[in-house]
Amino acid sequence: MRRWMAVLRTPVGAGAGLLLLGVLLLAVFAPVLWSHQANAIDTDHLLQGSSAEHWLGTDNLGRDIFYRVLVASRTSILLALLATSIAVVTGLALGSAPAILGKRGGRAATAVVNIAVAFPGLLLALFFAVVFGVGAKGAVLAIGFAGAPSFARLTQTLIAGVAERDFIAAARIAGVGRFRMLVRHILPNIAEPLVVNATIGAGGTLLAFAGLSFIGLGVQPPAYDWGRMLGESLSGIYVHPAAALAPGVAVVIAGLAFNLFGEAVAKGFGVQVPRTRWTDRTPEATPARDDDNDAVLVVEDLHVTFPGPVTPVRGVSFTIHKGEIVGVVGESGSGKSLTALAVAQLIEPPGQVRAAELSFLGAPLLGRLPVRSTAAVRRRLLGTSFAMVFQDPMTSFNPTKRIGVQLAEGAREHQGLTRRAAMDRAIDRLRAVRVPAAERRARQYPHEFSGGMRQRAMIGMGLMGAPALIVADEPTTALDVTVQRQVLRLLETIRTEDDVAVLLISHDISVVAQICDRVLVMYAGRIVEDLPSTELATGARHPYTRALLAAVPDLDTALDEPLAVIPGRPVDPARMPEGCAFAARCAFASDRCRVEDPVLIDQVACWHPQAQAEYSNFRTGQR
Amino acid sequence: MTTTVSAPSLVAHPWLGFAVRRLGRLVGSVLILVSAAFLMIHLIPGDPVRGALGPAAAQSLVDAQRASLGLDDPLWQQYLNFLHHLVTGNLGTSITTGLPVSDVIRDRLPATVELAVAAFLVAVLIAVPLGLAMGVLTRGGRRPRAELGFTSTAVVLAAIPEFLLAVGLVYVFAVTLHWFPVAGRGGVASYVLPVLSLAVGPAAVLARICRVELLAVLQTDYLRTARAKRLPAPAIYLRHALPNAVTATITLGGLLLGGMVAGTVLVENVFGWPGLGSTIVSSIIAKDYPLVQGVVLVYGVGVLLVNLAVDVTLALLDPRSTIRES
Repeated sequence: MRRWMAVLRTPVGAGAGLLLLGVLLLAVFAPVLWSHQANAIDTDHLLQGSSAEHWLGTDNLGRDIFYRVLVASRTSILLALLATSIAVVTGLALGSAPAILGKRGGRAATAVVNIAVAFPGLLLALFFAVVFGVGAKGAVLAIGFAGAPSFARLTQTLIAGVAERDFIAAARIAGVGRFRMLVRHILPNIAEPLVVNATIGAGGTLLAFAGLSFIGLGVQPPAYDWGRMLGESLSGIYVHPAAALAPGVAVVIAGLAFNLFGEAVAKGFGVQVPRTRWTDRTPEATPARDDDNDAVLVVEDLHVTFPGPVTPVRGVSFTIHKGEIVGVVGESGSGKSLTALAVAQLIEPPGQVRAAELSFLGAPLLGRLPVRSTAAVRRRLLGTSFAMVFQDPMTSFNPTKRIGVQLAEGAREHQGLTRRAAMDRAIDRLRAVRVPAAERRARQYPHEFSGGMRQRAMIGMGLMGAPALIVADEPTTALDVTVQRQVLRLLETIRTEDDVAVLLISHDISVVAQICDRVLVMYAGRIVEDLPSTELATGARHPYTRALLAAVPDLDTALDEPLAVIPGRPVDPARMPEGCAFAARCAFASDRCRVEDPVLIDQVACWHPQAQAEYSNFRTGQR
Repeated sequence: MTTTVSAPSLVAHPWLGFAVRRLGRLVGSVLILVSAAFLMIHLIPGDPVRGALGPAAAQSLVDAQRASLGLDDPLWQQYLNFLHHLVTGNLGTSITTGLPVSDVIRDRLPATVELAVAAFLVAVLIAVPLGLAMGVLTRGGRRPRAELGFTSTAVVLAAIPEFLLAVGLVYVFAVTLHWFPVAGRGGVASYVLPVLSLAVGPAAVLARICRVELLAVLQTDYLRTARAKRLPAPAIYLRHALPNAVTATITLGGLLLGGMVAGTVLVENVFGWPGLGSTIVSSIIAKDYPLVQGVVLVYGVGVLLVNLAVDVTLALLDPRSTIRES
């Protein structure tokens, strides 16, 4: 009830609600108040235009059109509501039949609905109009039954959605009968969307009924509704347009009232995200440093900001050298994936990226370029030398294109290869990442590949050019353990063979420890420690790094003890505390930590870096 | 898939499985359609011939008509006869005019098909580019005012039924401005208003769906992959986003085309269009049941063929749909 009130408080909801109320009041009271005026025959004023006495003129018997339109509201709306109720009740019965009848009967009901839904409502209405006869009663039944299949479909969909829920399963296990299950457990849970859709449907029914009356199959003389008034006056539209337009306008207004109100309710019941504005910030341009010839990627003070404003990445700096594998670890929400996407220039607005420096192979990536051609040059550089591997291989390929084509298109674009040459290269690359039967596989669609195969193909896609850097964002998270191994080994091989640098993002510190040269530990959008992976076991100084290592179970982990966890929760980037972001969860935190934000000095951002002596308290995750 | 495709040879060819399943459904639907059309006459309360000829007609005339329609035979025999006649292209004789129903349909069908196809093409050619352009322009919450204007216009246009729009168009463009004829089927000008009446509503729905679909596709991982390949924007939108964005649009477009086939009934009545739509209405009012039966069959088969065309198009665009159980 409170949600209905909330809907009525929105401008659209209030407007539509008032309009609908007005239309309904008109339907109730208009015939009582104005029947006399509407039916008074005035043979002296036949088919007259607008006048002070008759606002919209008169019809062929001299009756006032304005009052007739008002009075016709009752017939029009009442019949529409009747037809809607028939549609809803029949649809509900058909749609819930599978839940009551069990498998076989249910399948028959579903088949009927499926076939009936394929035909447009108007055709079904015409069919039923033949069966039930011409006239108001026949039209109500016809439109009602014609509307039933779509309500049945809706009911089926809603029931299917509810049937998966736990409380239904619980009721089923408790031995609740099918009918009782439907009435007591399922229907109350789908009532709301049904009511909303019935309201929207009433608008459609009103229009459909006007249509049937308009062509002469609905309300018959001497009764009249908007549709019949429109149909009768259409032939005279040249001499007397108001007679045709007035009922038409009435139908549209009444239909819209139901429609808009239903839509407003539907929208109000859904989840809405408040929209906020924030100021644009342009990145400051700084000249690229050239003191580091070996550097593939230089990142200086990288920030990623989203409207709110929240800044999930706040001041990340690191450099990756040729042939180096750098791991980035941290909990979900630590900003590691956003760092990868920002580095790859794949943050979409409204996200904002700025950095003191962000350069790839010496070329700056941020900042607007003066000439269009330089943008193309930058794109080509990234397209051939910068490879991405994403977390979920199941969704990262375009489902409508063959794997080979998806590999080849980058090469055709950036290296100017012909279709043939690009495809040969794609097959060659698939072989390089050990996809068996590469030639046949290249012609297949993504859904014909397994997850591990797809991830290899994705890596192969990155190898189409001559990559200097592969950014792999959780490349093994969606894969099972044996496949994880293979994919990691593949990345390692590529590194050794082609001297390619790899930025490996992972929440799994043991994965990173396996193949990385260096590990960056991220917490709350910052790098808190930067250390060689060989020192992970013994040299970690930041309490957070140690806690991460301690949380990794290994063969020595006592099975009867609870698994080690890091107490507390990761910080919400929208509510970043003053001082060190980890302080609230840190055993070593002092007052200083809570007021003063530590910076990365000597590869660790902590006011109380731990010495190696205290390290024996922690188990290591190194294998 | 397990129910229909069990032999391993079929599993190896998803297209064959798709064809078998889809044709099976078509045959089933046609059978139900034919049976419904046949039963229609028998579901009518009272004697359909008496109803058609009126209470004043002589009993002998009614009896003769019943005999000629075969209404006195047992139901199953009538059904078999009906099927046999259908296969040979014999749809019976119109009670009111005495002409063969198939002749009437042959006469009237082209006008209706022209109208529906023209309206469909106009709707798609307007809606798809418009929806995609709006999707690109308003992605990621850009241009909120343009989005609001577009969506509200589309909602209002979609809510106006075609016959009311037709009346409005006639008033503005024919009665007031004299740009186009009020009714009838003559030169190109006479097509403009009927086609517009049919096309505007579906175009509004399609454009909205198209925009929403494109926005959803722009959020997907594979579009990020396409961007990671640093393809130029046209390639990203046209090659990667478009085929995925239009699948829902085509599904809906097919439903709308089916709806347009039905919508011709109303629009033809506004414009006095000499098509099947005006025929079915006049024959229902005149209780000319053989003619009604024939026209209902034609409309129904038309809708089923449209649905088939949609499924085949979808299968070509998105090969996953061939293995999806519908």
